[in-house]
Amino acid sequence: MQNTTIAYDSKVEGEVIVTQADAVINWIRKHSVWPMPMGLACCAIELMAAGGARFDISRFGMEVMRFSPRQADCMIVAGTVTYKMAEVVRRIYDQMAEPKWVVAMGACASTGGMYRSYATLQGVDQIIPVDVYISGCPPRPEALLDAMIKLQDKIGAEHSVKNLFPEKADSKDVAEVTNKS
Amino acid sequence: MTTSDLALLKERFETLTERESSDHVAINCASSQLIELCTVLRDDFGYDMLVDVTAVDWDAQSPRFTGIYHFLSTTKHEYLRVAVDCTDDINPALPSLTGLYAAANWHERETYDLMGIRYQGHPDLTRILMWDAYPYHPLRKDFPLAGIEVPLPADDVAEITGMSVKPAPMVGGPFVSSADGPMSQTEPRARDESWNEKKIKPCGK
Amino acid sequence: MATSKEISIGDAGARASELEGDLQGETMMLNVGPSHPTTHGVLRLKMELDGDVVKRCEPVLGYLHRGDEKIAESMTYNQFIPYTDRLDYIAPLSNNVAYALAVEKLANLEVPERCQAIRLLCCELARISSHLLGVGVYGMDAGAWTVFMYTFTEREKLYTLFEELTGARFTTSYTRIGGVARDIPDGWLGRVLEFCKGVLPVLDQVDKLLTRNRIFMDRTVGIGMISKADALAYGLTGPNLRACGVDLDLRKDKPYLGYENYDFEVPIGTNGDCYDRYLMRAEEIRQSVGIIRQCIGKFPEGSYYTEDAKKIFAPQKAKVLTSMEELIQNFMIVTEGPQIPKGEVYFEAENPKGALGFFIHSKGGGVPYRMKIRGPSFCNLSILDKLIPGHFLTDITVILGSLDFVMGECDR
Repeated sequence: MQNTTIAYDSKVEGEVIVTQADAVINWIRKHSVWPMPMGLACCAIELMAAGGARFDISRFGMEVMRFSPRQADCMIVAGTVTYKMAEVVRRIYDQMAEPKWVVAMGACASTGGMYRSYATLQGVDQIIPVDVYISGCPPRPEALLDAMIKLQDKIGAEHSVKNLFPEKADSKDVAEVTNKS
Repeated sequence: MTTSDLALLKERFETLTERESSDHVAINCASSQLIELCTVLRDDFGYDMLVDVTAVDWDAQSPRFTGIYHFLSTTKHEYLRVAVDCTDDINPALPSLTGLYAAANWHERETYDLMGIRYQGHPDLTRILMWDAYPYHPLRKDFPLAGIEVPLPADDVAEITGMSVKPAPMVGGPFVSSADGPMSQTEPRARDESWNEKKIKPCGK
Repeated sequence: MATSKEISIGDAGARASELEGDLQGETMMLNVGPSHPTTHGVLRLKMELDGDVVKRCEPVLGYLHRGDEKIAESMTYNQFIPYTDRLDYIAPLSNNVAYALAVEKLANLEVPERCQAIRLLCCELARISSHLLGVGVYGMDAGAWTVFMYTFTEREKLYTLFEELTGARFTTSYTRIGGVARDIPDGWLGRVLEFCKGVLPVLDQVDKLLTRNRIFMDRTVGIGMISKADALAYGLTGPNLRACGVDLDLRKDKPYLGYENYDFEVPIGTNGDCYDRYLMRAEEIRQSVGIIRQCIGKFPEGSYYTEDAKKIFAPQKAKVLTSMEELIQNFMIVTEGPQIPKGEVYFEAENPKGALGFFIHSKGGGVPYRMKIRGPSFCNLSILDKLIPGHFLTDITVILGSLDFVMGECDR
């Protein structure tokens, strides 16, 4: 595949390559995504297995599983979200610092799974925006790693420089900014 | 429980009758004699563990609710089932066994939460599995499996997300397929085709 | 010259009570969970602290209440099997077996010996899996990360075995009412024996790392002591109960699946503290390996399902596609469910976490009228509000780890 983001100018002295700011920022971000495991039910066990020696999420720079939302980049919602737990998930999502991503791991987090009942939130995307959905009950650790790679690709395609400034493409924030101005 | 033990119990408590059961000995008891019966079972007959407290909703029958207790004797290795009918169908109530067995505390809270049976004498009869402000008793037969719409337990989250506790969709899923047309068009596809891997879903929250 | 001074730590509970009168300032409310690495799932503890000592602790459950019992009332008996997997999701095979046994008791069905042996193997492998995780995560909570890594590697080998047998790493849904889903593959028993050979040295290494470890013992000996009377009163079962000195193991006392034919010991503790509970689990793994070896040594031939349960177990696929009677039978069982007669049953099985009980009231037909699942973790956790006050805040992780509960079967 043609590399369109890096250029080398032989007239510039020294070991310098020219690239887009987006490419650099995205490259840095995607290779050290620190997950915040919102391990709620059975999928949490497969998440732990992905962190174990056999599947080794550490190869991707993601073994730093920070349980503190302030220090994490990506919230992996692993397990069934009940309505009672929904407020906790949302609060923790709000506490995460930008940039942040969400991975809905498993059928229960994606759409409520096989628990069509009075107590289960039918998909965590009803309360937080989700970037990658993983199907499976529970998804194999390989599926989780595949999803993290897809997340890396998604991060690679972001317009990070535009998003560095507060007036970014979030409809609620856009409304606030336009009201202020 | 041996037949002689059962006969002794029936002599002492005149409201006891035998209950049909596929495995262990089971007896029906009146709620007025429940505490006395359980004290005798624990002290005299060696049923030292209360393993389960639950209830059944018979729906259209009267009495509508029956509390079911399971006891285990760790010395004789025998189970015993005691079934108690609730006298009131609208506001069912039973005496609480928390004075005899500490295990009854949480089990009775759960039965109150899911079935709505009030246990008299319970030190802290509050909901345990659903949140405190939940207005219904989900395991009753007149409550639908999908649930009934109520506001989310936390006000601030409800405001930010605009969500409430919605009834779960009982049929259908994220994929649909049309009934007629050529095979290539009847394959299951996503119901909402406005976004996919290449065209990102606009997040509104 | 430096003189040595002896410092006695004493009993945290006694010190808390003698400090009661000397409360200076206010107590602090601290909320642990529901999202917290040491709460083993979504358990929330509302605690009132006086300095470092916990004065009051109120556990809040229900963050994983998914409505299993209500769902059971609209699922056929076979359709409910995947839900039983997700109760104790660390040892799903044992939940499958417990549920199938409960329904078969209601139907008065006796499965053939080979099926019983397969189910027994599943239960014991699930017990090893659960206790490996219990010990591993317990070590991790107490600060010993290496133990977690070792036990998880062994669990991966178990997952490979489960995947070969059932098709899924965990959440297997392997049993059916009247039998199991498929027979064991060729050579599987040999691989199980190889695994058993491999898990014992790892257990020895974990033993060397933890059992006489000064730090681990200081953190666990004398902490979280549960008395015999309390354990019985609060309905504790499983290793937690046996650590307090009560000799109750449903495999020996109310045998099922042919456990009476195997020779194994049940470890009983003395003090009922966290250290004893750890020792229980480590020893139970060894006993389970013994049972597995005995079982494989005399593995019976025969069928893996009840042949004459016409309305309960779906017939063989080859016959379904060729013979009319089997086709109708398969259709009825799949659409209306296995026809279980009327009655009430309560069956408890000795799961790794405790006694998992199913109370099923059936009015005939393929769908239960009422199903109550008695989760062992629900009863094990009820002792928390009596156990924790008087301990230090740092003891909480050790106590929770030693109780080895899982919220799937607690909240259902």
